[in-house]
Amino acid sequence: MNAPVMLDRRRVLAGGGALIVSFSLADAFAQDQPAAPPPSPSGSLKTSPLLDSWIRIDADGSITVFTGKAELGQGFKTAFQQIAAEELDVPFESLNVITADTRLTANEGYTSGSNSMKESGTAIQNASAQARALLLTEAARRLDLPAETLRTENGAVIAPDGRRLGYGALVAADMLHVQAQPKSKLKDPSSFKVMGQPVPRVDIPAKVTGGAAYVQDVRLPGMAHARVVRPPSYQARLTDCDTSAVEKLPGVVRVIRDGNFLAVVARKEFQSIKAMNALSAAAKWKETAALPKQDDLLRVLTSLPSQDSTIFERTDPSALGQKTIEATYTRPYQAHGSIGPSCAVAQFTDGAMTVWTHTQGVYPDRQAIAEMLRMPPASVRCIHVESSGCYGHNGADDAAADAALIARALPGTPVRVQWMREQEHAWEPFGPAMVTKLKASLDGAGVISDWNFEVWSNTHSMRPGGAGSMLAAQHMAQPFTVPAPKPIPLPEGGGDRNAIPIYKFPNVHVVHHFIPAMPLRISAMRSLGAYHNVFSTESFMDELAVAAGADPVEFRLKHLDDPRGRDVIEKAAQGFGWQKGRKAPQGHGFGFAFARYKNLAAYCAVATEVEVNRETGRPRLVRAVAAVDSGQVVNPDGLINQIEGAILQSMSWTLYESVTFDDTRITSIDWQTYPILRFDAVPDSVEVHVINRPGQPFLGSGETGQGPAAASIANAIADATGKRLRHLPLTRKRIKDAIDA
Amino acid sequence: MIGSVLAALVIGGAVAAFAIVWRPAIAAIDPPAPQSFDTALVRRGQDLAAIGNCNDCHTVRGGKDFAGGLPVPTPFGTIFSSNITPDAETGIGRWPEAAFRRAMRSGVDRNGQHLYPTFPYDHFTNVTDEDDRALYAYLMTREPVRAPARANQLPFPLDQRVVIAGWKLLFLRRGTYQPDGTRSAEWNRGAYLVEGLAHCGACHTPRNLLGAERASAQFAGGDVDNWHAYAINAQSSAPVPWDAEALFTYLRDGWHPDHGVARGPMAQVVSNLSSVPPSDVRAIATYMAGVSGAPAPDRKRRLEEVLAQARSPAEQASKTNAVGASIYAAACATCHETGRPLPYGGVNLALSTAISNPDPRNAINIVLSGVRPVEGERSPIMPGFAASMNDDQISALLRYLRARFSNQPEWTGVAKTVADARRTQTVFLQTSSGPHNAPADATQRDKP
Amino acid sequence: MMTLKVNGQDHEIDADPDTPLLYVLRDDIQLNAAKFGCGLGQCGSCTVIVDGNAVLSCVTPLLLLEGKQVTTLEGLGTIEAPAPIQRAFMEEQAAQCGYCIAGMMMRAQALLQKNPKPTDQQIRAELEPHLCRCGTHMRILRAVHRAIRLMDTADAASVAPGRAQ
Repeated sequence: MNAPVMLDRRRVLAGGGALIVSFSLADAFAQDQPAAPPPSPSGSLKTSPLLDSWIRIDADGSITVFTGKAELGQGFKTAFQQIAAEELDVPFESLNVITADTRLTANEGYTSGSNSMKESGTAIQNASAQARALLLTEAARRLDLPAETLRTENGAVIAPDGRRLGYGALVAADMLHVQAQPKSKLKDPSSFKVMGQPVPRVDIPAKVTGGAAYVQDVRLPGMAHARVVRPPSYQARLTDCDTSAVEKLPGVVRVIRDGNFLAVVARKEFQSIKAMNALSAAAKWKETAALPKQDDLLRVLTSLPSQDSTIFERTDPSALGQKTIEATYTRPYQAHGSIGPSCAVAQFTDGAMTVWTHTQGVYPDRQAIAEMLRMPPASVRCIHVESSGCYGHNGADDAAADAALIARALPGTPVRVQWMREQEHAWEPFGPAMVTKLKASLDGAGVISDWNFEVWSNTHSMRPGGAGSMLAAQHMAQPFTVPAPKPIPLPEGGGDRNAIPIYKFPNVHVVHHFIPAMPLRISAMRSLGAYHNVFSTESFMDELAVAAGADPVEFRLKHLDDPRGRDVIEKAAQGFGWQKGRKAPQGHGFGFAFARYKNLAAYCAVATEVEVNRETGRPRLVRAVAAVDSGQVVNPDGLINQIEGAILQSMSWTLYESVTFDDTRITSIDWQTYPILRFDAVPDSVEVHVINRPGQPFLGSGETGQGPAAASIANAIADATGKRLRHLPLTRKRIKDAIDA
Repeated sequence: MIGSVLAALVIGGAVAAFAIVWRPAIAAIDPPAPQSFDTALVRRGQDLAAIGNCNDCHTVRGGKDFAGGLPVPTPFGTIFSSNITPDAETGIGRWPEAAFRRAMRSGVDRNGQHLYPTFPYDHFTNVTDEDDRALYAYLMTREPVRAPARANQLPFPLDQRVVIAGWKLLFLRRGTYQPDGTRSAEWNRGAYLVEGLAHCGACHTPRNLLGAERASAQFAGGDVDNWHAYAINAQSSAPVPWDAEALFTYLRDGWHPDHGVARGPMAQVVSNLSSVPPSDVRAIATYMAGVSGAPAPDRKRRLEEVLAQARSPAEQASKTNAVGASIYAAACATCHETGRPLPYGGVNLALSTAISNPDPRNAINIVLSGVRPVEGERSPIMPGFAASMNDDQISALLRYLRARFSNQPEWTGVAKTVADARRTQTVFLQTSSGPHNAPADATQRDKP
Repeated sequence: MMTLKVNGQDHEIDADPDTPLLYVLRDDIQLNAAKFGCGLGQCGSCTVIVDGNAVLSCVTPLLLLEGKQVTTLEGLGTIEAPAPIQRAFMEEQAAQCGYCIAGMMMRAQALLQKNPKPTDQQIRAELEPHLCRCGTHMRILRAVHRAIRLMDTADAASVAPGRAQ
């Protein structure tokens, strides 16, 4: 590769010391709007081009990898460590990975959208490769040998005569404080020793032995416990609250009332819970009935004012349809339902606020908290610490704001805020309810001639939203207003994510009805609009296949050019034992579905067998077989884990889940009232086949399975019962009613 | 002379005995095609089977519907329910309708064998021929399941089916229900269902030493699976007296704010009744309200006393049973005193029949095992305390609950009842298939 | 003040007797494994073992534990010397976010201590109080099956003939 331009300007200091990590603070305000053009190889190097934003090599040879992304339980820390170990040629165990921290890492916006491998993984891969190249160049200079004659191994450069120069000895001050080159010399995938291997995750040992692993485990000297008393409903106003008795309860340190924001701090955790209950009993609220009718969402959503745009159009008048069918599909509000309710720790000392938080975006969260507290962002530090899976925008950012607001009132005291289960269920921003209307025609040969798709939806992200997107800031006496919702632009999209079909239809017309009004609090939930849009598309493909008398797999292949998509479909079908005309056993049904997440991330096809109990309508997922293509695979086991999880999570959403509410309050506030999958319904088997594409760009896979799994299950239920259900969730009662009808 | 008289008597007795015991086999048929049954008839049979709670006894946890195999403990031994799917070899696939009718009317199987009255044909004998026809159509159109019968565990001579003949002679009043002309159609419908298919008395009526319902104590309370099926006649110990409206709501929805949520073996009953035409549920409620009659005048006063006592417990109760009081405050009040509405909030225990009942078994069972969720549906969840409380702690808690939330005399033998309950509850949870339908969510009425 | 025996050690606990065991473990003794998931006995994340039985520590007040032995995940083994159940979960990589896992492991451990060879159906029934939101159920089941085999081997090894004492 080209010798870096900067090198001859550097003074060479043999073993001169550590590399300095430095960032421009301008990065701190970068927004998380993904760029429209297709991904370039360098990922986040575009926004953080200095190599030492990613790699630090100390004089003693220890190497630290930095990522602005957060470990959410997907195994990223491990994957990034694999990538760096591979490209740097160092032992995997010798690396240390530091994740999202506004003081230490690059600003990579949010860990979301399945972009982490593409953005951070790519940046780390290239930065590591370029760092290795710089080390080789420096070694070549010192050994007075051509760089091509040298090789790297186990953290050292090795000459043909066996002389060894460790990276620590080679590294010079500022050596990595250089701009990344546009291209890197990456390792040949066929030579991978660590990448592509199922390396065990680095975080699991602590998690199975009780090590500190979560933000809930953060314990600081003198830490106090806080609980928030949230309003009983979105529009509730605190009219009266006599806090005097609560202040006298054992252990209570402070009661905070700021407008509608109410919280209590105590020395011990259980004391804070008892105080919270007392404070809640003392609070008087005025509520407003402002919620729509839960079972009327189809009408509500299609009647609210919307900004309508045709997001895709293709016309071919020569393609004539003979038989037209239409269908409407709906999805209710659904909850992230993180197993661990949100939590944060904050400490305000000498004018500086530090927050330990499981936010998906430490930089935007820092900015929002700084705005809320009217502090300079430089005085706020957000450090990501893992929590339970968030699956998008849950209560994490709000808990961070709660902790910061409370900590400011108690300078010097670390304050831990733990949300209660009911609070997480009632106040997390939900996955938005959606409506899709589809209409398509088949020509004389049973091929789709035109395809019309309309989707009604709120935005699927209220971030970044500044202070106004956080509950504490909305509830304060001098509140911040909720920011105006904006659609996420294509090609990523929000409500219109995966609304544009990947299939090749001659005539296509896709309309996005963007609804600004948000009767319920919503934001990003894993796969965003893709879950419902793929559910709709792939259910409808089956409805068309039935109308055409065609096999569902063959029908899809007939309309799909994309060779990687075809491979994934064939792999899943083969793994399942799908055969044209093969009937499922009595009472069972087979279903198939496929999608490419966002039409630009990972490909996934899912085949399922579902058994439906005729007496009760109970659906049971018997087995699922999936195939996934995520480009170059970094950790195959991690990938399989994600797809298995996607299928089971989606099964739960699809068969059981809907947020419930009356005219004023959210009523699904715990696991009684928002049931999810339990072991009595877990399938017999889930198989995942990985198609590795060595050398290909990384494709995000954290959200690729949910949509296909949902449609596959719906198709299997239709196959088993002869009845098509289009309204999520596909509950036992709905199936029973359909059977009995 | 005496010899021949004796011989005649013996022979005559033998003939009579034979006549009592012996039943002819009915010829097997080829399993009828499901399509041969009228769909409306099958639908009616489905409703009747729900009222009869057939799937409850004839389905075991993890097993297929109606394939039998559920162990039913009786004082005489364990009887296993039979396979009533239309499987040709192991079910009733080869039974003609006449054989099915005979089983319902007289408790005899196709081969002529007497059936143990654990199958409550002393009630099902009331079912009309038309309803038997509908039930037959329903069962013969279910999925056939190959599941051979499990051998009953009975000591000799009870394992000899001939003894059943003697039982029937004493206790079976064969024949369909005869309506009472002085009563309304709805009452008669209720009586027909209750005395017949719904067989409420099979659980709710005490039995004599020979295992038959005591006719003089109808609905005075009985046993099932080591639960106590409450007295549902005038001797009901419910703090709030039942009326027809409350019964209707409870049976259809599975809970009532004045009484709590139906759990234990009753959970499956209300789960089934939720799918039945409401008019039938109302008929049952009307009839049973008549059975209880109007509540005694002082019950309202006693209810008020209990509620007041529960709100402000006497200092004494807490002092004499400090352990029970503190267990309640720490482990129970956190759900049972939040005021969260049923079916998701813990019921105010002053309203609970389990606490006011002379028999503490139900309260103990619930404390031990809690309330398990129904798959995928909004339903109440209560943790069980079998693992975290030892027998002494549960006993102390139960005594406290009884003292604070009822004005009834102390329970006796609590410690032994707790020990017994631990054992039987485990078996119950392992073998019972559990309700498939959750208690109706008042905020979600009519919603899917 | 109450003495609570946790993982074989006595702890003097200065907490109200109605304090749920979960907060005693996390707040007073500073153990991490038992987690707050709901505090309502609905999700299983808080599960620990008391006198050999799996218990939901969020609904178990301190006053019930007089004289009883509490075992948490920390008491089973360490990263350097993991117990069979911990090894099994590591080998199967049976975790995504991992928040529910400690509770699952304690429930499985209690089961295997009573019944060393449960069937798959029995394991599923036993884990019914536990929720996993990431969908790691298949791996959790595989890990429990693996633990059965590991415990079997461990027992066999400890009674192997000729083993030096």
